[in-house]
Amino acid sequence: MASGLNNLTIAEASAKLRAREITATNLTRDCLDRIAAAEPKLHAFITVCEKEALDQARAADTRLAAGNAPALCGIPLGIKDIYATKGVRTTCASRILENFVPPFDATVIERLRAEGAVFVGKTNLDEFAMGSSTENSAFGPTLNPHDTERVSGGSSGGSAAAVAAHECLGSLGTDTGGSIREPASFCGVVGIKPTYSRVSRYGVIAYASSLDQVGPFTKSVRDAAILLQTLAGKDVCDSTCSARPVPDYELALTGDVKGLRIGVPREFFVEGMQPEVEQSVRSALKNYESLGASTVEISLPHTGYAIAAYYLVATAEASANLARYDGIRYGLRANAEDNIALYETTRAQGFGAEVKRRIMLGTFALSAGYYDAYYLKGQKVRTLIRNDFERAFEKCDLIVTPVAPATAFKIGEKMNDPLTMYLSDIFTISVNLAGLPGMAMPCGHDSNNLPIGMQLIAPPFAEETILRAGDAFERTGAFKSRSPVV
Amino acid sequence: MTDTQTMNTETYEAVIGLEVHTHLLTRSKIFCGCSTKFGAGPNENVCPICMGMPGVLPVLNRRVVELAIRTGLAAHCTIAPYSIFDRKSYFYPDLPKGYQISQYETPVCKGGYIDLPPTENGEPRRVRLTRIHIEEDAGKNIHHENASLVDFNRSGVPLIEIVSEPDLRSAEDAGAYLRQLRAILRYVDASDGKMEEGSFRCDCNVSVRKRGAKEYGVRTEIKNLNSFRFVEDAIEYEVGRQIAIVESGGKVAQETHLWDPVRKETRPMRSKEYANDYRYFPEPDLPPLVVPAEMVERVRASMPELPADRKARYMREGLTEYEAGVLIADRDVADYFEATLPGLKNRKSAANWVMTEVLRVARDSDKPFTEAVPPATEVGALLRMVEALEISLNAAKTAFAAMVKSNKGAEATIAELGLAQVSDESAIAAACDKVIAAEPEKVAEYRAGRDKLFGFFVGAVMKAMGGKANPKVINEILRTKLAL
Repeated sequence: MASGLNNLTIAEASAKLRAREITATNLTRDCLDRIAAAEPKLHAFITVCEKEALDQARAADTRLAAGNAPALCGIPLGIKDIYATKGVRTTCASRILENFVPPFDATVIERLRAEGAVFVGKTNLDEFAMGSSTENSAFGPTLNPHDTERVSGGSSGGSAAAVAAHECLGSLGTDTGGSIREPASFCGVVGIKPTYSRVSRYGVIAYASSLDQVGPFTKSVRDAAILLQTLAGKDVCDSTCSARPVPDYELALTGDVKGLRIGVPREFFVEGMQPEVEQSVRSALKNYESLGASTVEISLPHTGYAIAAYYLVATAEASANLARYDGIRYGLRANAEDNIALYETTRAQGFGAEVKRRIMLGTFALSAGYYDAYYLKGQKVRTLIRNDFERAFEKCDLIVTPVAPATAFKIGEKMNDPLTMYLSDIFTISVNLAGLPGMAMPCGHDSNNLPIGMQLIAPPFAEETILRAGDAFERTGAFKSRSPVV
Repeated sequence: MTDTQTMNTETYEAVIGLEVHTHLLTRSKIFCGCSTKFGAGPNENVCPICMGMPGVLPVLNRRVVELAIRTGLAAHCTIAPYSIFDRKSYFYPDLPKGYQISQYETPVCKGGYIDLPPTENGEPRRVRLTRIHIEEDAGKNIHHENASLVDFNRSGVPLIEIVSEPDLRSAEDAGAYLRQLRAILRYVDASDGKMEEGSFRCDCNVSVRKRGAKEYGVRTEIKNLNSFRFVEDAIEYEVGRQIAIVESGGKVAQETHLWDPVRKETRPMRSKEYANDYRYFPEPDLPPLVVPAEMVERVRASMPELPADRKARYMREGLTEYEAGVLIADRDVADYFEATLPGLKNRKSAANWVMTEVLRVARDSDKPFTEAVPPATEVGALLRMVEALEISLNAAKTAFAAMVKSNKGAEATIAELGLAQVSDESAIAAACDKVIAAEPEKVAEYRAGRDKLFGFFVGAVMKAMGGKANPKVINEILRTKLAL
């Protein structure tokens, strides 16, 4: 790390780039050097795009020299390997797409490209975003930069670890049940899942369409605001994407939370959670009170049903979304005698155990005679959960909770116990079911020096409230993230 | 049909419901911008969306909804203000996403009916519709000796499925229903109804029961019939097969059959080929389809005159029911007929001309109607000349035959072939004088009271004039001269 430009935040680097104090090429080189050094220990990336990144950096420098370059011009980013990137292999961490090169860009990739962003590589994930530890990647897990015996979280573990380890300045993840917030929490970075429909899903390989949402990982809340600014907004290619105008998120970062009413749901501080997690979040709440915010206990009574509802709805949608991987048009194709054998062998060889488990669960939940009892019931529970939040937001402007009941667990610890693994998302899943925006940000460390994350949840499209409150907490300096050990 | 079968169809009646799939006439596909044009090279009209690539999303083509509503209004359906799309899951190589986007519990059009021409006994025939819904088509498998290939040009071409109630009672009913349905689809510009391009396909649900019975028999489904003829043949066969089973004390199995047009029989598909659990659930990638009342009214205001209304108007304007029925059966023919009318006094002669001369040419041609026949305006010009006695009816027929081949206009053809009638009185009078001079005996007979001979003289003069003389002028001159 000669010059260490990779340690900058996006806001800092953007200012220096536009002031011509640094070049995008040097910034990108520092990231690539850091990747070369850290990857053997972390495995945050599936594909590193060195040549493409340097080409993009040079183009960014030309644009920067011409003046008036956008905020993200020349900023090196990591992209979860679930986004279609034109000409760059997109695997979804699955054998079935191991050699798939999309002929098109996801909408958000297109937008970032137009801004002149630099893509250093495609980051690791749980296969098809199914998992909470990135251990379900067909290409091996991503390790936690704070302790390489531990998981980075998932499914966007690679994106979280890459930012935490300064391999890039920011990254993109996706969040279906906590896949941005949980790894952000485990790796000690900021990760925001916007309101469902705020960001286009076009070109993002679908896991559960009614829950999937795109979001950034960054080193600061301000950086999250900057990235979200480019990601959010109407897309003609995604008819579920909102046409609502996108506010100026950086303008929301006033540092002022006076009068903000913060709800603290009693169901999110449960027996058996790691005491240090509760202590850190409660201490952050004290900080908010000292800044002039008030806290109020609230109840989200249907929280206990969230995981069950999620695993019906998400797996049902996944079972259909993953039907296209049949070996006919692209991806892995097994040798077989006839159609049926072709499907069976291709999918048996191409999908990992967790993906198969969820496809089977979802297929069962949608089967004739079971639809009402499972899928439909799941959707009804979803409405109850949404109503819980609506009622809660009559009493408060923001809800603060822990992101996960405990800090990062050890590699292999939960791999043989899917149900325990599913419980890692207990505090994040209901936010997806209700379609709300939620952000994870670091608020402490446990005795093992592992990051603890708090979750900020707001009503639909109130990302500004989340960003303002998160930024205000950062400004107090009450908690400073530690450097990763890797 | 054998005697036993005839006897049996008197004892039994068939109960038939049809599910018709038809492509909608849109320029682009239902969920992406690819062309719907038929006849492109394999996989030329494709993109990541209709190829079902990872990450792609559907965006509904507005025109598809408009055409579905037009069809629904033409068939007296209720247009649903709110409907949703569903995923219908099954694995097949031509189905790129592993599911078809369709509408399951909430079709865009509900109810409605189609009136068929009355039966021979004059009984009205109304076929109720269950629903019309929107869906996407799949690609096409092409089987070679050692390999199967898939062409995805058709993948994502918009379809509507029109489902009838089991109101049809015979193969003839089914044929009449299909013809009427196709006419409506063409009238509202929803479909070209081209079966040979796979843009109109039909599944039949067939059962039999004793006449007068209230309960339905067990039905079989005959799949994917792609011509009216096959539908009629398949129903005829299937009804006979089912009656034979019931007559011999057997039970009809609830099966799906395929029609073999070569052997002219249906055969059951293996249950593996059709016993799918489609696992329908609401398509999360598309918002609900909301059709505001204003949109329905806007579509209604843009509706063309429908076949039944047009038929009624033609009858009010003096055509017989038969004539009106023939003309309106195909929108192109009816439009053609109307385009011949400007400047004509006698619309009946135009109707006759279109029904005989024009339709004969169309029938003998492989080309679509509008390309097979001379322009309607030129036929109109021809008919106006006949009306003005500038040409004879026979001359018009000769000219028409020439126009079919030459693509030349009416006037040019008449001139070229020298078919114009001679109305020059001095020339005709000279011819009359010659005939009268050559036939003194007949003249004497006529003058003695044999009025019938007048026709002979007209014919003789016409012959002398090479068939081109104006018969009205011949008549006048002859009468004057013979009266002397």
